Amino acid sequence: MSDIRPETVGSSPLSAFLAGFEAAWRSVFAYVLFGTFVGIGALGHDFGFSIAWMLLSTAFIWAGPAQVILISTLGTGGSAIEAAIAVSLSGVRLLPMVVALLPLLRTEKTRNRDLLLTAHLTAISMWVESLRLLPSIPCEQRIAFCNGLGAGLLAPSLLATGVGFYLAGSLPPVFTAALLFLTPLSFLVSVVRNSRLLVDRLAFALGLALGPLLAAMKVELDLLLSGIAGGTLAYLVHRLRKVMR
Amino acid sequence: MNPLLAELWPYLMLILVGFLPNEMWRLLGLGLARGVDESSEILVWVRAVATAVLAGVIGKLILFPAGALTTVPAPVRIAAACIGLLAFFLVRRSVFAGVAAGEAALIIGALAFSP
Repeated sequence: MSDIRPETVGSSPLSAFLAGFEAAWRSVFAYVLFGTFVGIGALGHDFGFSIAWMLLSTAFIWAGPAQVILISTLGTGGSAIEAAIAVSLSGVRLLPMVVALLPLLRTEKTRNRDLLLTAHLTAISMWVESLRLLPSIPCEQRIAFCNGLGAGLLAPSLLATGVGFYLAGSLPPVFTAALLFLTPLSFLVSVVRNSRLLVDRLAFALGLALGPLLAAMKVELDLLLSGIAGGTLAYLVHRLRKVMR
Repeated sequence: MNPLLAELWPYLMLILVGFLPNEMWRLLGLGLARGVDESSEILVWVRAVATAVLAGVIGKLILFPAGALTTVPAPVRIAAACIGLLAFFLVRRSVFAGVAAGEAALIIGALAFSP
């Protein structure tokens, strides 16, 4: 899991893409994602989705929690509206990640459509690794590097979706449970690692407490409400501390 | 429903119910990223809300899981998450150590305490 040295990136977009692709395989997330998507592939099989549908869902949605929500909501006979709302609520986190990442990639010549693929490939794993590795990448190579990184994380995930789909049923239940546990566990640890500011730590702790609490109380739109309440409270504490200083 | 539509229906659902509700945040982010100063106050609040939503997702996945994870008792899931975090802090803030320890704890706990 070494950092990238500038000379290894090269000067062409292709070599930067390949450097990103390679960096993905040195990341812990390549392995976490492989396990996670074996679990998701098996889940999709159990709920009766086709292999093509599962592979397309990984490529197009490219967000583990959203896929688990979509598969289990549609698979258990939930309404399309209910599923769309739940997927959309879990995807909210992508907005600030994209907003925080893209300015690091932009040069004066960059057009919005140059960033379309990078925005699509943005996921928690890719975002965390991009922010860690980008400082050593020359500005004009960063889009290609991030696309390579995203593709390098998506490739094992697609492979694992297929592996999980065909292994479903022959996997011991404990093993399937352990694979499904990879998502909350790896996000939990990586978000704790990346929350260096008080406002982020506070928002994380409040969300962790409020989300399940509102869900247990069967409040509608529990995630959105707990996110707005927890995030706003954390932000107000952050503002209050600024004012007091 | 005609046969062609019946066959394409799941894919239409994938696009309308899965892809678009998720992708709209990335596209909105792409639009907003233009000219957004990374240190602006609104972004601090948006990130706090997103962090709280993500934390809520994590909490719900641990406490109210779907699929095979429901067979593992809740105290085992909670303890495994805590052990993962503890290992992360003890082993040089290594995400790999945290994930490995939490997974090991979950498997051992599930084998020991599952009905």
